Amino acid sequence: MAGDLFYILIFPGFLFLVVFALVADYIDRKLHAKFQNRIGPPWYQPLADLIKLAAKEDLIPRQVDPWLFKLAPVFAVTAVVTAALYIPIWRHGTPMSFNGDVIVVLYLLTIPTVTFFLGGWYSRSVYSMIGAARSIMQLFAYEIPLFLSILAPALLADSWSLGGMSLFYAHHPWYALFNVVGLFTALIALLGKLERVPFDIPEAETEIVAGSFTEYSGRLLAMFRLALSIEMIVGAALIAAVFLPFGLNLGGPAAFGLYLVKVLGIVALIALARTVFARLRIDQMINFCWQFVAPVAFLQVIIDLIAKGVIAR
Amino acid sequence: MSETRSRDVTIPIGPQHPALKEPTSFSVTLSGEKILQVGVRLGYNHRGIEKACESRSFIQSLYLIERVCGICSHSHSSCFVQAVEEIAGLQLPHRAMYLRTIIAELERLHSHLLWLGVAGHEIGFDTLLMYTWRDREIVMDLLAAITGNRVNYGMNTFGGVRRDISPEQKADILKAMDTLEERTKYYISVATEETTLIQRLSGVGVLSHDDAIRLGAVGPTARASNVKRDIRKDDPYAAYDQVPFEVITSDLNDVYGRTLVRVRELMESYKLIRHLLNSLPDGPIAVKAPRKMPAGEAVSRYEAPRGENVHYVRANGSEKPERVKVRAPTLANVQAVAHMLIDRYLADLPIVVAAIDPCFSCTDRLIDLTREGGGRCDVITWGQLHDYSLRWYKKQGMDLSKLNSRFKCGESS
Repeated sequence: MAGDLFYILIFPGFLFLVVFALVADYIDRKLHAKFQNRIGPPWYQPLADLIKLAAKEDLIPRQVDPWLFKLAPVFAVTAVVTAALYIPIWRHGTPMSFNGDVIVVLYLLTIPTVTFFLGGWYSRSVYSMIGAARSIMQLFAYEIPLFLSILAPALLADSWSLGGMSLFYAHHPWYALFNVVGLFTALIALLGKLERVPFDIPEAETEIVAGSFTEYSGRLLAMFRLALSIEMIVGAALIAAVFLPFGLNLGGPAAFGLYLVKVLGIVALIALARTVFARLRIDQMINFCWQFVAPVAFLQVIIDLIAKGVIAR
Repeated sequence: MSETRSRDVTIPIGPQHPALKEPTSFSVTLSGEKILQVGVRLGYNHRGIEKACESRSFIQSLYLIERVCGICSHSHSSCFVQAVEEIAGLQLPHRAMYLRTIIAELERLHSHLLWLGVAGHEIGFDTLLMYTWRDREIVMDLLAAITGNRVNYGMNTFGGVRRDISPEQKADILKAMDTLEERTKYYISVATEETTLIQRLSGVGVLSHDDAIRLGAVGPTARASNVKRDIRKDDPYAAYDQVPFEVITSDLNDVYGRTLVRVRELMESYKLIRHLLNSLPDGPIAVKAPRKMPAGEAVSRYEAPRGENVHYVRANGSEKPERVKVRAPTLANVQAVAHMLIDRYLADLPIVVAAIDPCFSCTDRLIDLTREGGGRCDVITWGQLHDYSLRWYKKQGMDLSKLNSRFKCGESS
């Protein structure tokens, strides 16, 4: 019981996730700056930002429902931290693993977007409402490709738990190569989920100020920001666990180090995308997701089904 | 244009908004993501510069006029100086004309580089912003070295310029031109190859050739709609009639065309500056100008980086100008913006507005309407104007009431 509590609250639960999210945030910002020929922030900048925001006054617009307004960021953080508990880090599976946890993780990762929508929609500001509508519109575009590309490897592994999948790919490391296509579609969908360039349409600064977060300030905004940072590493960890299931056999520190490398590698890719792309328009984003990403993700499912048929024989 | 329904939302872009660098107000009516109506309201930056000039001497006014714009400061001061020089009948030394032109082209460089960065930022492509603004510093440093200032150069004076370019500075400029040319080639390759950039810019903010002429667009905005309109060629001033350069146009009619026009104009400016420096004539850099200007009036035109700049100056023989009128290029282009935005996406609004390279502070002028016989009046109708003009001509001894019956009182448009 105490072990579980330690796992949930401290390592690799909430506390570790916060620290790791700040580190990942720093690496993302520093790399982005370096790519852009800038110096970039010092190492403590994400923490300083968090402390500064947390120390500020929470302003709640008079017209909004204060409960919903305050609960939305809490739900966002809770959902992403809970999702992290099911993702294997240094061994196959976690103490919380059960068959079907991959679907639970995917659903938990959808909750932040829903809270962005609710928080934005009930902010009663035109910018927030447009941002909220864009968040949910974007959700419909990237969610199906993400589900398809994450579930395809599960089909091949014949297991609905992340632990079971990693065990399968540990025994058949070469089978992971079947899922290369899915890796790319999942990365693209992750950019949409994190509302990152080129899919940062819901918080396009030059059009709708800060989108859903326009009316948020102080601790509540800090929580939303933290939720997004944690979502970045959880999303990256999920992709790493599903598509790059190597090294879990090494056990202990080596596997943990490899986990950090994999996650930070994906964070670096996200920073690169932020550097080389311009923001798309919402119609372009939706067309792109449905015309290219979704069919390719579907192709991944077919590849895995065929591979499974061949292997079964 | 479809009608406004109750479900449509009107969102304010401005007076304070992250997309805008200066206060101005766009009231945008949206249906979903589509723009139905745009209302533009200027006037948040009125500084009374024209009136202030009337109470200052000519040379003081010159420094005030230079502060009309923080980016094309040389454009405004040159335009004003040209008008006053025409009134005073001053003949400039050749070297002064060349130096003025070199500063003008350096200004065009940093203005266009600035625009490229702003355009990148508006479409969420901040890397372009960081790169171009880094390179813009090269030009700013050159300007600071030549004139002593980064922004308001204080280079012009009546009858010439105030500082000369030394041979070392000439070498520095030529070296910087090579660096910048290389970087600009890279930006051209980015602009022509980067898919998300092209997707966001092409087909956006369309202004057809005919509309550009009808709405009186100027500068790169007009040239991107294939209107070959450039004061440097059409009505050459300074040394522009002595140097070869091409007027860059594009027939794409959209924001992408405006981007291409601007980056190619950068290339033309490098050529121009090299040519000007290499054929810089010897001689004095200024002639002596009188303190009191003779009575007279003049209109001066100048191709600022943003388009045609017009100044009107009237002198009455005293040491102060009687009237100064400034028409910044943005005023000519802002009409086109509202036209470009209708039926487009909200996401395109920042880049379409930015694509004319607006400078709202430079544009803001005030016209005060007073009714005949005292009392203020905000709006004068077409009919009232018609009646007023008839009365006015009657006083001059002409009766025009029979003429032009087509525009009878009450008919308005």
